[in-house]
Amino acid sequence: MLHSLKFPFSADTFITQRRRLKKKLLTLNVKRHPIRVAILGGSTTSEIKHVLEVFLLIEGFLPEFYESDYNQFYEDIMFDNAALADFKPNLIYFHTSYVNITTYPTLDSSHEEVESICQREMIKFNNLWSKAYDEYGAIIIQNNFDLPIVRELGNLDSVTHKGKSYLIQRLNLEFSIAAQNNKYLHIQDINYLSARIGLDKWWDPAFFYSYKYAVSYAAIPHLAYNLSRIICAVYSKTKKCLVVDLDNTMWGGVIGDEGVNNIKIGVDTAQSEAYTALQSYILQLKKRGITIAVCSKNDEKNAKEGFLHPDSILKIDDFAVFKANWQTKSENLLDIANELNIGLDSLVFLDDSSREREIIRQQLPEVSVLEVGEGIENFLSILDQSGFFEVTSLQSEDAKRTQYYKENFKREKFERNFEDYSVYLDSLKMIAEIQPFIPAYFERITQLINKTNQFNLTTKRSTYSDVVHYHESKHFIDLYGRLKDKFGDNGLISVIVGELKSQESHIVLWLMSCRVFKRDFELAIFDKFVAECQSRKIKRIIGYYSPTEKNNIVENLYSDLGFKFSHTVEDTTVWVFVIPDDYQLKNINIKVSL
Amino acid sequence: MKHEQVLEAIQPIFHEIFDDESLIITNETNADDIEEWDSLAQINLVVEMEKKFSVKFYLDDLHDLKNVGDMVRLVLAKVSQ
Repeated sequence: MLHSLKFPFSADTFITQRRRLKKKLLTLNVKRHPIRVAILGGSTTSEIKHVLEVFLLIEGFLPEFYESDYNQFYEDIMFDNAALADFKPNLIYFHTSYVNITTYPTLDSSHEEVESICQREMIKFNNLWSKAYDEYGAIIIQNNFDLPIVRELGNLDSVTHKGKSYLIQRLNLEFSIAAQNNKYLHIQDINYLSARIGLDKWWDPAFFYSYKYAVSYAAIPHLAYNLSRIICAVYSKTKKCLVVDLDNTMWGGVIGDEGVNNIKIGVDTAQSEAYTALQSYILQLKKRGITIAVCSKNDEKNAKEGFLHPDSILKIDDFAVFKANWQTKSENLLDIANELNIGLDSLVFLDDSSREREIIRQQLPEVSVLEVGEGIENFLSILDQSGFFEVTSLQSEDAKRTQYYKENFKREKFERNFEDYSVYLDSLKMIAEIQPFIPAYFERITQLINKTNQFNLTTKRSTYSDVVHYHESKHFIDLYGRLKDKFGDNGLISVIVGELKSQESHIVLWLMSCRVFKRDFELAIFDKFVAECQSRKIKRIIGYYSPTEKNNIVENLYSDLGFKFSHTVEDTTVWVFVIPDDYQLKNINIKVSL
Repeated sequence: MKHEQVLEAIQPIFHEIFDDESLIITNETNADDIEEWDSLAQINLVVEMEKKFSVKFYLDDLHDLKNVGDMVRLVLAKVSQ
């Protein structure tokens, strides 16, 4: 996050200040990730676009937009559209709402008629999504339907098949099923969002009649922010680690003063229940792959005792890093980021003290600080609504993350027993699997491409459909790598993609997870890449290094591998490697399975 | 509250919305004078004025505002109700 946007933000002032915010954000000297977003609406969308732009700038994107004319979402996709083809969207957002449903049941409608209305509507949307995907290769984001503001049939409206609410609920379920079956389709749940905000606040009749907006002026920032969270998730910019304070955050009371038997946790009192609810939510985050860490001004022994309390939902082992000491919280947060080998911008900070929050906001502006206010009972809802941990799918790789970190600590301890690093590497008994992409890994590969910042030569980002393309096109060499050793399985940790042009293989993507730095895996995957080139009778490999703030670890990679510097294009250095006929394998420590 | 006082009080709203401290708004200023004054800026202005003067404008109030003078007269009418 580039701007210390407070979450929750004030939706009221956001729109008024957006022009100023945008100018300010554009003056920041940061390398931005360009994306092209097409907004295709069934109602007016321009303010949605403006507000979304600011949220995307805050997240480090450089967005460009295409906007359909009023209510042209369907025509824009279904008919030839040179302007949209020229625009080459990465993402297409369909903003439709209950005003765009073509046919509603009437009092005369039979059950069968309503089923066929539902099916016709789904055929229309399915055609729309698949045409958009096939034609433009874009990721599709579709919002589902909000409920109608008035119900001619009252409560019966959602019960009888003749009701509008009934049809909408049917369609929303069909949308979800469609998204389960199509990886490129993501649903924005405005059915939930509108309920959360309240329908009266969500829908403003005057705003609709005057300007044809299907959401109110006040709701636009909520809609756009929520959409920005999905876009962050598509590009794997999801936050990785939740850092929590302990006293009056994980339990009620000060454990150092009151002792473990007197802290408030469990279900015996109202206060205890609120802390227990927060802990349970955090455990669910951890189970789906968010790393959790402690940052507390406390004596370590006292602090750990809190999690030995029989009613504590979280246990000491759930935390990847446990910092309970008397250092400043900024120092501890820096240590946590270092130990996990992730950026400060991947951390979310949860602390009941407004003073500590303000210090972190000032000293470490990259950290996302949750402005939880006062009252433990409200922390959970603010954490939840922040969307910082939004993901587009659940993956088993994510769930294992804490385990990976722990195994790495074991490796580091083990490493200290060795004086000769290559003896250490050999003793790890590493086994690699290096193969062309397979569909089961497309999502993990997309995720890795988008979130790897350190060992990443080009920092080129890709969507799911790009990854499918690398694999299916004959013009690319695509390899992923997995690595196991005596301590455990590191999972899928590296990707390399070569684009084949005029008998040369251009390495457009090469990256590796920080989990496996300094294990010589890059040599093993390069050997395999060379073999793939040889089998296609390609002798020249072209490497590109585009420096960023985070990737200087690979500054010398190409020269170390024996590439010759060729020239510079803007800030990118270009390197050439001619495969010798007697190419010697560079990797000696890792066994590559076949 | 007098017409001039309202006109004075709404200057900062225009500065904020158009991000231009140098704007001087008169009764005759209208959407043709400020490039960014589109239908959205119009909504921004209306909402900010509602907040500033604690009033609520309805659909009927808004359909023929031609310039800033009309807006000020509308605010005055609402405030005096």
